[in-house]
Amino acid sequence: MKLLVNFSKGRKNAPIIAQAVKDTGVLINVERAVIDTSEGEALIEVPNEQCKLVRDSLTGLGATVRLLEHGISLDLSECVDCGACIALCPREVFSFDKEWKLVITEDKCILCGKCVPACPHQALSLPL
Amino acid sequence: MHKSIGQINERIRDGNAHVVTAEEMPGIVDELGEEGTLREVDVVTTGTFGAMCSSGAFLNFGHSEPPIRMERIWLNGVEAYGGLSAVDTYIGATQQSDTLEEKYGGAHVLEDLVSGKSVELRAASRGTDCYPRRTITTELLLENLNQAIMCNPRNAYQRYNAATNTTDRLLHTYMGTLLPNTGNITYSGAGLLNPITNDPKLRLIGSGVPIFLCGAQGMVIGEGTQHSPAGGFGTLMVTGNLKEMSPDYLRAAIMTGYGVTLYVGLGVPLPVLDIDVVRATAIRDEDISVDLLDYGVPSRSRPQVRSVTYAELRSGSVEVNGEQVRTSSLSSFRRARKVAGELKAWVEQGKMQLALPTRPIDPTKKVHPMHESKKGPRVMDIMDRQVVSVGENEEIRTAAQKLLKGETNHLPVIGSDKRLVGIVTTFDISKAVANPGNAITVHDIMKKKVVTTTTDEAVDIAVRKLEQNNISALPVLDHDGHVIGMLTAINLGKLFGGRWLK
Repeated sequence: MKLLVNFSKGRKNAPIIAQAVKDTGVLINVERAVIDTSEGEALIEVPNEQCKLVRDSLTGLGATVRLLEHGISLDLSECVDCGACIALCPREVFSFDKEWKLVITEDKCILCGKCVPACPHQALSLPL
Repeated sequence: MHKSIGQINERIRDGNAHVVTAEEMPGIVDELGEEGTLREVDVVTTGTFGAMCSSGAFLNFGHSEPPIRMERIWLNGVEAYGGLSAVDTYIGATQQSDTLEEKYGGAHVLEDLVSGKSVELRAASRGTDCYPRRTITTELLLENLNQAIMCNPRNAYQRYNAATNTTDRLLHTYMGTLLPNTGNITYSGAGLLNPITNDPKLRLIGSGVPIFLCGAQGMVIGEGTQHSPAGGFGTLMVTGNLKEMSPDYLRAAIMTGYGVTLYVGLGVPLPVLDIDVVRATAIRDEDISVDLLDYGVPSRSRPQVRSVTYAELRSGSVEVNGEQVRTSSLSSFRRARKVAGELKAWVEQGKMQLALPTRPIDPTKKVHPMHESKKGPRVMDIMDRQVVSVGENEEIRTAAQKLLKGETNHLPVIGSDKRLVGIVTTFDISKAVANPGNAITVHDIMKKKVVTTTTDEAVDIAVRKLEQNNISALPVLDHDGHVIGMLTAINLGKLFGGRWLK
């Protein structure tokens, strides 16, 4: 499962993801992270059965954790199946089926947003 | 064996015509042979759905009371042409909104009209005795217009070159987003379904030929602008009634960082008259080659990276220098199929009969570049020829003195082989002085990645380099990498009031 973790770094600059790995023993996969001087946001992937454990651990360390159920969203009324998004996606979320219809493999999406401005028909958006 | 257009139309009228799409043709010819296919198949339909920037529509609004002779015209804030007498205009697809800019344009106005949405007309005039009114603002629906005639000067490119980007910068082009370092390839066109690809000698496609245009029955006017079939890049000028069009086949689009464009669905039905038509329409994606061009070079003649076929492009990846690079289409093959399929249904049901050109289109023409009577300014025209430079092993202090003495903010750094190896700015030196560390020589503080220009580069290109890299000077290099000048923001002042503005 994918979790979006937001945390403020505070004065101690504590390594909270490393701490959560150490405390829970779960190997967390960091898919994407933006961390600056005061705060950070990380998209992490954890095994389904250990999701609650990691979530509780991170919450206990002061982070806000949100479960990401959806990847990029496609507006079917705008999409014309051109495929401009296909080669831009770092995770190969987009592909054509046999009928050249665009299909999305949502669970591969790490919500990086690279495809959003590249869609000529503004059919792609990040879920809120 | 030969079939006449009259025989084919008779079969269409009787509902007996055998119609297939250009995608089905190669398989049919494999099965029945050329002669057999000629006997069996009467019509081949083609189709394409992609960005066709050179599109637009003539609109007639009817007269207001009191009447106005519109001189400047806006539709939803997008300016339309005001040089067509009182209440006519031409709205071009790529014209951008005065307020929303890249977010809305002529293509969106067309899509809104076709989708049944109302569009605000705003117009201004100086007022004449016969047309006293000076301004007008009104909401209009497509049905309120007397005429709305799509007329696209350049559509249906026979094929189109694919694009990649070998630079280390992300590029936004009309060929979409191009990742740095040959990170992706984009292409456009429906390959074996493209209309002119199935009639490269233009025996069947010409003036007066009926077509599918955005869901309406349209017509070929003649050759399109920039028509260049000698090199495999024929185009068509086409027309059709906007009031009969469907938003399924007419879509506004935005190429981020480039601008607004219109996706057009266009198909041409081709009568199977003889063996030559059978052969031409049996073309496969493997047979259609285009150049893969480097859009990192902002020039009319972009360097060719390699040649690719539509089969390779549509496979999902293409090999470039030993690596597989993923491909993205900008046009929709699925909708191109829908165009060819719908056109097939029209002909089968007798809704459309075919015609041969009333005037042929030249299949041998070649496009020429612009005749430029006056060359624009080049770097050599405005650059500083006095170059103050510094050696990479000199002390930082020496560099500081040179900057002061040379009254400049940029010092190109020269290596032992007399070639450029870096650049230092007053900022780099101030930083080194303010935070004294281990840095002693120029080499320790210089920036090694230097953006440069050449004497014969157009100033506009050099200016883009300055903007994109957020810098204010470019060393000018000769062919061997020696610094022979500097182009700084100050030199650009020479462009104003000088001979380049006359």
